Amino acid sequence: MCAAPNPPMAMLAELTHRCPLACPYCSNPTELAAKETELSTETWADVFRQAADLGVLQLHLSGGEPASRSDLVELVIAAREAGLYTNLITSGIGLNERRLRALDDAGLDHVQLSLQGITAEMADRIGGYTGGFKRKMHVAELIDQIGFPLTLNAVMHRENLDDLPATIEMALRLNARRIEIACVQFQGWALTNRAALQPRAEQVVEAKRTVAEAVERLRGQLVIDFVPPDYYSDYPKACMNGWGSTGLNVSPDGTVLPCHAAAIIPGLEFDQVQARPLRDIWYDGPAFNAFRGTDWMPELCQGCERRDIDFGGCRCQAMAILGDATAPDPVCRKSPGRATLDALLAEDRQGVEAPEYVYRR
Amino acid sequence: MQAEDVPLLPRGVRCHFDTVRKVDVLLGPERVLMLDQIGLAILQRTDGEASIAQISDDLAQTYEAEREVIEPDVIAYLQDLRERGFVHVRSA
Ligand code: SF4
Ligand code: SF4
Repeated sequence: MCAAPNPPMAMLAELTHRCPLACPYCSNPTELAAKETELSTETWADVFRQAADLGVLQLHLSGGEPASRSDLVELVIAAREAGLYTNLITSGIGLNERRLRALDDAGLDHVQLSLQGITAEMADRIGGYTGGFKRKMHVAELIDQIGFPLTLNAVMHRENLDDLPATIEMALRLNARRIEIACVQFQGWALTNRAALQPRAEQVVEAKRTVAEAVERLRGQLVIDFVPPDYYSDYPKACMNGWGSTGLNVSPDGTVLPCHAAAIIPGLEFDQVQARPLRDIWYDGPAFNAFRGTDWMPELCQGCERRDIDFGGCRCQAMAILGDATAPDPVCRKSPGRATLDALLAEDRQGVEAPEYVYRR
Repeated sequence: MQAEDVPLLPRGVRCHFDTVRKVDVLLGPERVLMLDQIGLAILQRTDGEASIAQISDDLAQTYEAEREVIEPDVIAYLQDLRERGFVHVRSA
């Protein structure tokens, strides 16, 4: 490494892997951490303070379902005391009026509510949880009443991408300030269901058109962030804005990861917050330095004009698809790995009827 | 946006001094914005009471600058922040 790494801006705290839903696209690892291994309230509070001292500004409380932690309110209090901008990423299940008001008093800054579909029929089938949609809509109303700024996080895939216009309308109806239209990324459990989730080419064209139109129409009213379906892109996404450059993830058991899927990369050594100060993990941890900067890159990326734009793309995707974490992301059209990705995409497209989901249970 | 509009920082958006990087930042949903001196000066006056015209008056006085030059800059700056969800507007 030539230049010293910058301090991190954001931390994703995966408070628990427990979740009442069973989404077929869950990006959490296929091996989940058990409840007994979860960090205590005190340890999390200490990690939040360390993160703030290190330069983290934004904290995302995530999971699994973070509301499955009975100490969620205390954790938010600790995060705000540490001076962090605190965002709750939730499905809404496990929140009620009393708890939301307590989170308000605790100083929670922002709520990001996930959306599995725009009708109960669709959402409950995808989430694998009957009655979930109704409860979510109730939670959304409460969020609005209390006044939390709301982002709707709509996870899109073959089965619901055609509902995109109605999804955007729903964001307006719920008074969301921002919508994140996130096409499923194939990590973790989502890989198992890739064929069922992969959108069709026509859907992707239409979705892009819908987004472009909505961005114009709703300028100043609704912020729209669009994560396009990876396999249909020509170049990879900028993974984590550069490995070990901007953010870090802490898993329920205290393992610190450069990205939440990084555990699938064999040979990476991960530190735990119980054993080592967060500062040392960030600056000196072997997993963080493994793909930091440009030294690790294959020649193709080293000499590419997009080197500092996409950083060679997603390491986990290179691992998952090519079995080589140091290869250029196979989404890249310049890379030899693209042929492998195209073959998968062609396979996915062959099935006219989407195959059945394998639920995460 | 127009000179009569009253800009405000909605709930969930706040200024913060980043003690590690020694810089003022604006924190909002999923977004962090590093503030330069001008940005900070504008946002310090964005109190939900003052209109863009009043903010521009104040800046012109404080920095002994041409008001005609300042106002379009203030509008452009706040317009950009509005599109990114950092600023809301109360119409006159
Ligand atoms: S390597 Fe980057 S893009 Fe890939 S899963 Fe991890 S964080 Fe996401
Ligand atoms: S060659 Fe590497 S840096 Fe260039 S676009 Fe492809 S993945 Fe990105």
